[in-house]
Amino acid sequence: MTRHLVVITAGLGRPSSTRLLADRLTAATREQVAAQGATDDLDVQVVELRDLANEIAQNMVTGFPGPQLRAAIDATTGADALIAVTPVFTGSYSGLFKSFFDVIDKDALTGTPVLIAATGGTPRHSLVLEHAMRPLFTYLRAVVMPTAVYAATADWGTVPADGDAPLATRITRAATELTPYLTAPAPRPAPAETLTPFADQLAALAPQE
Amino acid sequence: MQFGIFTVGDVTMDPTNGRTPSEHERIKAMVTIAQKAEEVGLDVFATGEHHNPPFVPSSPTTMLGYVAARTDHLILSTSTTLITTNDPVKIAEDFAMLQHLADGRVDLMLGRGNTGPVYPWFGKDIRQGIPLAVENYALLHKLWREDTVDWAGKFRTPLQSFTSTPRPLDDVPPFVWHGSIRSPEIAEQAAYYGDGFFANNIFWPKEHFKQLIGLYRERYAYYGHGSADQAIVGLGGQVFMRKNSQDAVREFRPYFDNAPVYGHGPSLEEFTEQTPLTVGSPQEVIDKTLTFRDTFGDYQRQLFLMDHAGLPLKTVLEQLDILGEEVVPVLRREFAAGRPAHVPDGPTHQALVARRDNQEVSPA
Repeated sequence: MTRHLVVITAGLGRPSSTRLLADRLTAATREQVAAQGATDDLDVQVVELRDLANEIAQNMVTGFPGPQLRAAIDATTGADALIAVTPVFTGSYSGLFKSFFDVIDKDALTGTPVLIAATGGTPRHSLVLEHAMRPLFTYLRAVVMPTAVYAATADWGTVPADGDAPLATRITRAATELTPYLTAPAPRPAPAETLTPFADQLAALAPQE
Repeated sequence: MQFGIFTVGDVTMDPTNGRTPSEHERIKAMVTIAQKAEEVGLDVFATGEHHNPPFVPSSPTTMLGYVAARTDHLILSTSTTLITTNDPVKIAEDFAMLQHLADGRVDLMLGRGNTGPVYPWFGKDIRQGIPLAVENYALLHKLWREDTVDWAGKFRTPLQSFTSTPRPLDDVPPFVWHGSIRSPEIAEQAAYYGDGFFANNIFWPKEHFKQLIGLYRERYAYYGHGSADQAIVGLGGQVFMRKNSQDAVREFRPYFDNAPVYGHGPSLEEFTEQTPLTVGSPQEVIDKTLTFRDTFGDYQRQLFLMDHAGLPLKTVLEQLDILGEEVVPVLRREFAAGRPAHVPDGPTHQALVARRDNQEVSPA
């Protein structure tokens, strides 16, 4: 059976270094999944939030998603695992990145494994991952991978003489952490539709004798 | 099948001239609109209930009592009556009184309300929204069906030997619709009692409501009130018409673009594609409304939102003329064609009395 990995990237540039980091993380995850000898197919869908910017803003106003946004939300909430990457804007995740998660039902990502990552101009913003991204997904009751990946502009050029670049090492480690969720025998069960029968709703309100 | 209009009762600036009506003007306009609805042959007028500006209808039974005195056939209803924050005892009394004054031309739609602060303003906890709706309606239901009520619950002071007066007209309570935009619990509640379910579908895509109405129909049958296609369904609609489509679009666009609910969001074109809103010729409104049956099945009541977003009274009255003369007669004919005989008509007091009398004479 097919496992679904959805990659959410909030970069605005074309090309974007946020998308570049998302692609590196996706490739590393693919590699790890293949290395585990997984028999399941891995389906990867990339959600570029830039393309959904209008529909996200409209959803804020109308309360419902347009067709493209609805497809992206359905893919995200139905995924076996997520990779979520944002640029750092004004000391935090970008407004567009946050807005996407604002229009998703707050319970829809409960239990979903998420690899978080961010890009920025300097390494000084790297704690955005721990002080903004991780609490956001904790609120959504997602399962956030221990390793979060930050890429500053300089990281794209840093290759020490004595071994792997630190960025590449972190990418591999993060991908390794996410991999079990895409290869384990039983996928996360879909939440059951819960409808409390009306008699039970009434009984719950009966005064205690 | 019943056709009518429902109003939010907003006081909104007309974006084309910057003029905002006074509360007095708006209230009188609502009454004029209700009378016009009867004049053009519509069946139902329903008013919202709000407790904050810029909305005027805080006291629906007062308004509907006045309209009752000035109309002969129109069914007077609400959209919605707040079952969470109103005292169910007062709802029982107010609507029974209105039912007598209007000779039975009354039903009501219950809803939870979407303005958070109304809960604390009326001493309630918004986190208890669904339980309040469940318990308050259970009491309302009892008050209208049992002459003397002993009752205790979670949210209201207990009652001993209480009789809600006046008793419902002919001992038949007003028909109740349960209105919901997103809660399956409310569809379940409507199904449990065999009441009507009104899906105010005007702001959202149809897939969502298809699920909600499907659930209501399925549970209605489960509780033994009839088959799924006999469940009592009401739907919203929102239209603006001119003879020529392009004139309708040109005239309505500034109201759309500045409307309190969806203004400054999607374009008129996007919104008409995704929701029931139709801006165009009477024929386009007919075509779109007829698709509701394909999506949701044969249904009992169709209410249109006609008087919001600052549209001037004169325009609204013209719209009602078009609706009554050119649209609704065709819809009545088309909806009647191919409608199975076992699908019930829209609920009226006379029909409910007849059904009660039938059940009494036929052996159990």
